Amino acid sequence: MTTYLLEALKSKFPAAVLETSAFRGDETAVVKKEVLKEAAAFLKDELGFDFLMDLTAADYLPREPRFELVCHFYSTKHNYRLRLKCPVGADDARVDSLTPLWAGANWFEREVYDMFGIKFEGHPDLRRILMYDGFEGHPLRKDYPLKKRQPRITHRD
Amino acid sequence: MENTKTELPKNWSLETLEDGRMVLNMGPSHPAMHGIVRVLLTVDGERVTDADVEIGYLHRGFEKTCENVTYNQCVPYTDRLNYVSPFINNVGFALAVEKLMGVQAPARAQYIRVIMSEISRMTDHLTCIGANAMELSAFTVYFYLINAREALYRLGDSAAGGRITPAYTRVGGLTRDLPPDFKRDAAEAFKLVRKNLADSGKLLTRNRIFYDRLHNTGHISKEDAVSLSFTGPALRSTGVPFDVRKATPYLVYDRFDFDIPVGSNGDNYDRYLVRMEELLQSMRIVEQALAQLPDGPINHPDFNVILPPKEEVYGNIEALMAHFKLTFEGVKPPKGEVYQAVEGGNGEVGFYIVSDGTGKPWRLRVRPPCFALTGGLPRMIKGGYIADIVATFGQINMIGGELER
Repeated sequence: MTTYLLEALKSKFPAAVLETSAFRGDETAVVKKEVLKEAAAFLKDELGFDFLMDLTAADYLPREPRFELVCHFYSTKHNYRLRLKCPVGADDARVDSLTPLWAGANWFEREVYDMFGIKFEGHPDLRRILMYDGFEGHPLRKDYPLKKRQPRITHRD
Repeated sequence: MENTKTELPKNWSLETLEDGRMVLNMGPSHPAMHGIVRVLLTVDGERVTDADVEIGYLHRGFEKTCENVTYNQCVPYTDRLNYVSPFINNVGFALAVEKLMGVQAPARAQYIRVIMSEISRMTDHLTCIGANAMELSAFTVYFYLINAREALYRLGDSAAGGRITPAYTRVGGLTRDLPPDFKRDAAEAFKLVRKNLADSGKLLTRNRIFYDRLHNTGHISKEDAVSLSFTGPALRSTGVPFDVRKATPYLVYDRFDFDIPVGSNGDNYDRYLVRMEELLQSMRIVEQALAQLPDGPINHPDFNVILPPKEEVYGNIEALMAHFKLTFEGVKPPKGEVYQAVEGGNGEVGFYIVSDGTGKPWRLRVRPPCFALTGGLPRMIKGGYIADIVATFGQINMIGGELER
């Protein structure tokens, strides 16, 4: 269908696009995490993907690289959705923040940081969002036990 | 402003910054903060110069829980996302899993899903406008709209057996068919909704107080709204005609004639008007869907997808085995990942599911529309009065369940 957008991305970053695929009509590009921000900027400025619909991550323990950052873009111009992913290793879980491109990335990235412990470089205000300060660990990691309990925190003034 | 103790601690004082501005705490126990959001305001007189929104008071670990149960066991949890429009979450989840499996529910089930989604959208909008009006001291309107909502809840109850926690869909179909009198009941409920809506419209739309509280408050520009990932009425109020039902139609939405209202100003008043119009459009869709509603099964024929009927289970061995397998192991979508978006009351509700081929989702992510909206709240309230926060916060219709999952 609109695969030319995916092709445009591939020809722009020939070395950094690791894989493109389509499953049930969802088109996906996997890029190296170093170019994630550049690729996102290219999608936004050149290809007309104006919406960052969602930004999340998934933990694929014990696979290495362990995490995958998943962005869903939508273009009102082409009426087209694209998924952009990048693998992130556990030892160096850092990715460039997309907040300078989309203000909405701010909270999405804070949630990913909170739930997975992936750090975003250049994020203006990276702190926990759903869990409280003092919570240990990152709950959506696969090695975080489902029924783990944490001690109550003392009352804060 | 939230301290109701008569005796204040001795060293109590409001924190004042060097430049004379004051730091003020709004929520989480504040009647207009709907229970669970805290806004740290920096105010200069009555003007808000800075705001920090703090959430996380209602996080229940929805996504983590769902990774540990079978797909159909997730359905009741989805009720508790946006609990004023539960059917839309049910439908969105079922569609996502069906997309992952490459199956489709039968036509009748698809029509019923549209009908229930639209009824949910109406309950969502009615709650939003009603609560918003109440917070701006129009209490009568609240009762008019909540009465209308109650009629719709009963309608949903008659079909699904639950007012706000229906768990109506299953992967590949529905739990049960519509009751025989549904068409008549719907017509009656809509009569009440139309009447109460007209009355409320007359009380609100050209009401001086209501207009002044909403007009030009909580303003957001088109560019900012897009950049902040706004969807739903909040985006459409700025003039961007994006609606998932029209842009990428799912179910049978492409068979109905309906309009997408858009605003032009991007303020609270436009959001109110967009919601009022969408209520009427939703009724149009339901009426068309009920008129076109085909006969036939409501469930997918394959017993690898959906539980066989009880008579079959007790009567033949294949159905018994399918029942056993589905109950214990659940449906098993192939390996892969999908993103399915549906239009919720507040905007795009997206389900991102990663399957590893077993009966439980490896990763289930919900894109909650009001997460982005609440994230954009500081942008909307900065520069306005403290009193405007109530109107703006009401109009973004933050729903704690889906915000924090």
